[in-house]
Amino acid sequence: MTEGHEVRAAFRQKGAELAVAALFFVLGAIVIVDSVRLGFGWQEIHGPRPGYFPFYIGLIMCLASLINMARALLLRGERNKTFVEVGQLKMVLAVLVPTAAFAGLVTWIGIYVAAVLFIGFFMRWLGKYPWWKVAGVSLGTAVVFYLVFEKWFKVPLPKGPLENLLGLG
Amino acid sequence: MDEIQSLMHGFSVALSPTNIGLMFIGVILGVIIGVLPGLGGANGVAILLPLTFGMAQTPGGATSAIILLSCIYWGALFGGAITSILFNIPGEPWSVATTFDGYPMAQQGRAGQALTAAFTSSFVGAFCAVVMITFLSPVVANFALAFGPPEFFAVYLLTFCAFVGTSKEPPFKTLASMMLGFALAAVGTDTVTGTLRLTFGSTHLLTGFDFLVAVIGLFGIGEILLTLEEGLAFRGAQAKINARVVLDTWRELPRYWLTSLRSTLVGCFMGIVPGGATPASFMSYGVARRFSPDGDKFGTGKVEGVVAPETAAHAAGTSALLPMITLGVPGSPTAAVLLGGLMIWGLQPGPLLFVEQKDFVWGLIASMYLGNIAGLIVVLTCVPLFAAILRVPFSVIAPIIVVICAIGSFTVKNAIFDVWMMVVFGILGYLFKKTQYPLAPLVLAIVLGDNAESAFRQSMLMSQGQLGILFANALVGTMTTLALILLLWPLLAWLYAKARRASA
Repeated sequence: MTEGHEVRAAFRQKGAELAVAALFFVLGAIVIVDSVRLGFGWQEIHGPRPGYFPFYIGLIMCLASLINMARALLLRGERNKTFVEVGQLKMVLAVLVPTAAFAGLVTWIGIYVAAVLFIGFFMRWLGKYPWWKVAGVSLGTAVVFYLVFEKWFKVPLPKGPLENLLGLG
Repeated sequence: MDEIQSLMHGFSVALSPTNIGLMFIGVILGVIIGVLPGLGGANGVAILLPLTFGMAQTPGGATSAIILLSCIYWGALFGGAITSILFNIPGEPWSVATTFDGYPMAQQGRAGQALTAAFTSSFVGAFCAVVMITFLSPVVANFALAFGPPEFFAVYLLTFCAFVGTSKEPPFKTLASMMLGFALAAVGTDTVTGTLRLTFGSTHLLTGFDFLVAVIGLFGIGEILLTLEEGLAFRGAQAKINARVVLDTWRELPRYWLTSLRSTLVGCFMGIVPGGATPASFMSYGVARRFSPDGDKFGTGKVEGVVAPETAAHAAGTSALLPMITLGVPGSPTAAVLLGGLMIWGLQPGPLLFVEQKDFVWGLIASMYLGNIAGLIVVLTCVPLFAAILRVPFSVIAPIIVVICAIGSFTVKNAIFDVWMMVVFGILGYLFKKTQYPLAPLVLAIVLGDNAESAFRQSMLMSQGQLGILFANALVGTMTTLALILLLWPLLAWLYAKARRASA
């Protein structure tokens, strides 16, 4: 990362802290809303209603995140460091996006084909390996996984059209 | 001595050829997991746990399964030291302190000596902790047999308050992260009334969030994203270990017996208290530097600086299993995953385990002795092999790790939905790590959430809604009071600091 613009901050600490605290607040609020729907009071014979415990959990979560938000707002000047640099964020997204795509693809084409594509894409795009190495590692990994999981541990993994075509599904 | 007899019986269970084989497989897998970025003890065990479902169904299989998984844990503890010393990358948080003196030693060409010292002191720490477990756990379990719901809730309360009181992260972040864990545990069918909670009509959420998926996402995917920020290249020192180096180092080690002893004590204590291995390793490094005659040379490559944190980390990692098997309250995230495994296999962790599942408990304890010996042998002989794994470029190893994590998440419930959840937890793990929200209390809360809630509700039923039941007798009252003190500890410390500043 020698280029100047790559080390520029994509996000600063304060923004990130606020976003995460807000996320906690929203989640806590969801928990409270559902607990109120279920009832959070005391019921004769049965004792606490189903929403009793989660209600207080949600409440503490919201209160804690309000304090965390306040603390984040008080971050000033030099304490508000770079949260993530542009170059770093690019790196993280370069992995995160294919990973999400991989997780989505599993539904359609099964885990083995998705794994071959994912490992292949990663090695070719980020690692700049020659095609024969890419093919060797990605296909080899899929075959090893197939043998270990399906044959040895007898754990069936999600399969797609290709496996059905080959009669392995 | 009942314990000795039970232990001998345990050895006869653990010493079957299958179990010894599993021990070595477990340790080797564990070291690999500990060496690779993105795969740590907790999620390594989480990924492999579903594979043991079948194994645990066979007679005596649960013991074999726990031996396999706990040996993975020992292996991961050993493996963390390899990356710290050779690559200056702590594979696990508890090996951060090992880098301070371990990496300088490797740069001076004394990697073999540093590794031998690290492995040997790990072994010593773990061994002492296992001896403690052997004699202390039957006592604790026996004591806990008389526990009712209020006592159990007080133990849970104590565990979670200890996180707030002892963690180095801001207390309100610890609290928020812990509560998120409880909220996730509450999703799905309410265990007491059968009502659906927090599912919002989604069929995927009927059975709730699985802690294994959360662990794999938070620790596995999150860790990979963090590692990527640092770039793709690893540069490490060469390691050669031969019998000469080992023997020479062993001759030197007895000199540091006092450091070892102190570190073991720190480790055993910190392991039982949740919070565990990481603070123990830092604390023991600090203590050693303070008391050592060449304390000011720490950080330049002193053997003692490797001995102290490694002994403590291993002692803590091992003794974290004591509260897990005796009370059902794990002291570390990995112990929490192991505990979850026991529950999935149909074993109820807690004091009754010592009465009803003698073979299992003593087999496990015996395997701790043997597993650590197996671990020491494996790491001393195979270091170059494990270091070679780390030289595989990250752009090859990272996608393979992601695929392994995905397979691990899928096999928990055979649900593709869990693979998507893994990605979501991965993003959360990355964000939480970067904003200093601790992950350990989150994981513990997901695992223990249902138990803590039902203990609380049963207590409330007993007392007809009076919180006073948590102070009803001396035992439960002491635990609750202690829990509240720990909960308020950051506030007390802050007020004290303020008062001192005001008076100064």
